[in-house]
Amino acid sequence: MKKFIKLISTTVPLPIENIDTDQIIPARFLKATTREGFGENLFCDWRYDANHETKSGFVLNDPMYSGKIMVAGKNFGCGSSREHAAWALQDYGFDVVISSFFADIFKGNALNNGLLPVQVSDKFLNRIFTNINQNPDTEIEINLENQTVTLLENGEVEDFEINAYKKACLINGIDDIDFILRNKNLIEEYEESRKA
Amino acid sequence: MAKTLLEKIWDAHIVKSADGFPDILYIDTHLIHEVTSPQAFDGLRQRGLPVFRPGQTVATADHNVPTLNQHLPIKEELSRFQVDTLTKNCAEFGIELYGLGHPFQGIVHVIGPELGITLPGKTIVCGDSHTSTHGAFGAIAFGIGTSQVEQVFATQCLLLQKPKTMKIEVNGTLLKGVGAKDIILYVISQISAAGGTGYFIEYAGSAIRALSMEARMTICNMSIEMGARGGLIAPDQTTYDYVKGRKFAPEKNDWETSLAYWKTLFSDEDAKFDSVLTFNANSITPMITYGTNPGMGMGINENVPSVESKTQSEQLSYQKALTYMGFDDKMPLLGKPVDYVFIGSCTNSRIEDLREVASFVKGRMKAENVTAWIVPGSKQVELQAREEGLDQIFLQAGFELREPGCSACLGMNEDKIPAGKYCVSTSNRNFEGRQGPNARTMLVSPLTAAAAAVTGRITDVREMMETSDFER
Ligand code: SF4
Repeated sequence: MKKFIKLISTTVPLPIENIDTDQIIPARFLKATTREGFGENLFCDWRYDANHETKSGFVLNDPMYSGKIMVAGKNFGCGSSREHAAWALQDYGFDVVISSFFADIFKGNALNNGLLPVQVSDKFLNRIFTNINQNPDTEIEINLENQTVTLLENGEVEDFEINAYKKACLINGIDDIDFILRNKNLIEEYEESRKA
Repeated sequence: MAKTLLEKIWDAHIVKSADGFPDILYIDTHLIHEVTSPQAFDGLRQRGLPVFRPGQTVATADHNVPTLNQHLPIKEELSRFQVDTLTKNCAEFGIELYGLGHPFQGIVHVIGPELGITLPGKTIVCGDSHTSTHGAFGAIAFGIGTSQVEQVFATQCLLLQKPKTMKIEVNGTLLKGVGAKDIILYVISQISAAGGTGYFIEYAGSAIRALSMEARMTICNMSIEMGARGGLIAPDQTTYDYVKGRKFAPEKNDWETSLAYWKTLFSDEDAKFDSVLTFNANSITPMITYGTNPGMGMGINENVPSVESKTQSEQLSYQKALTYMGFDDKMPLLGKPVDYVFIGSCTNSRIEDLREVASFVKGRMKAENVTAWIVPGSKQVELQAREEGLDQIFLQAGFELREPGCSACLGMNEDKIPAGKYCVSTSNRNFEGRQGPNARTMLVSPLTAAAAAVTGRITDVREMMETSDFER
């Protein structure tokens, strides 16, 4: 897994609440058997019309906005457990999603893949949206070490929570399987104890 | 110390627990299907690892499979490739596969219980959010992402934080024409599609106790639709009776030992839940959703809530949902014409659901404007439906009984609802595009779906039920 320590980037704003994983990556794209290539179809039904022409109103089609950080409305990633949603965001080029609330499974999937979900207060989220609205080139700094989100323009900053274990994994670039396999003897002992 | 049901099962599965780290939790049963497993198998190959305990994993093909002519090769190339990949992976890694053509094939959450693989006290996972279904047996069952599928393959364990617990009590007696699906749609409409986030739910109360296993599965199935990790119900005589004699259920001495253990599986009297909600069964009417998440539900006689009743920050999303559905706020839905009726999915495709629909449509005829699909949850359900003659009842009523799979629940196969069309569906998700691009989904119970099929309109099923129907 890729290491994550600090990131400074412009953003892509999507101020809609309850964005579910079916919107992030519609089910009909789940037929792939590898992890790559989902970025092309990220938010497909919002990006393209029925003839696969780009819809001009949608932010991913707007050259004003780009960057490695997506900023989204509350309850991002609700719905299905499909990990493809995290892959699609990552494959498209996002390293961070900021929202004021994340659906549980999405959050876990994102972390397992090195995509960092940053949960901020509703108030701070609104500040971010306002800033981006006024200046599409707004830059945000995500500092995982210190667990802070900063609006670089004016220095406004907020802390975010992350599980200490997950933080260590991201900073060191190791994943859960590496960690569990170090305890293989305990798994075998557990199995034995249940047979008894 | 007093423990909740969840804690009892959780604690019995801890391989390692250390401060500041998630628990290493042992997984008894791993169910897999064609969509969320290939990348996990790929990951194993890249790491050069085998499946650690292949005997504890069972596979089936369900999400992508056609529901007509399953004996023929799958026409759609990508679907065929995904199903073939599952077959190859299972052969390579030594995993039992109930693939197309196998008498045990079906939706993963329907076959686990009917084969007696799903048992009280187990930990069960699957790369599919509706794994919560299995919680109906008093098991810890939840959906996982593909990275975690790989984790279970490699270690038969998961690294997890113990979730918070919520108790949802439903007390009292259900009104006529109201079933398990209505209970759960009601609860979600009350607490919203995010109301259970971070929690594992235990359903309790007299109305839940009175439910059959099939109905309990319908309830637990939709736990995820309020954001919860899963839902469970303490096992009781109803559970034991359902499990006994099933293909992989314990037998003889093992049965006695298991039963003795299962009888310890309940939340202690003074166990602490992080949250407790109580509902009254007799305030629930037949339910329907009007929006694009399962929390947007109402009693079928009610009007779509007004835009002004929503908070400022919700109004934009709310209006967007109504526009997608082609509805105005404050309008009633009763009497609205429908185009499709889909009876199926892991929420409502078990034999009891089919029987209920059959007994309602018997001697009636579906409306001309409606296409009505009934997709059984498994090969065994299909067979049983045919043996009981339900297929004939459906045929005479103009319904099509198809072959098992997820079908129009998520429209990965050919069973898609065309753009702009209205589908009254017994499935669990009404998200934009879920049943096909721009399809409009309204979630309901099997009875309400059957009534809509017969009248061609959104109908309060209670008005069509004979007195004799209520006495059943
Ligand atoms: S029937 Fe629908 S919800 Fe159930 S497993 Fe299949 S796709 Fe998922």
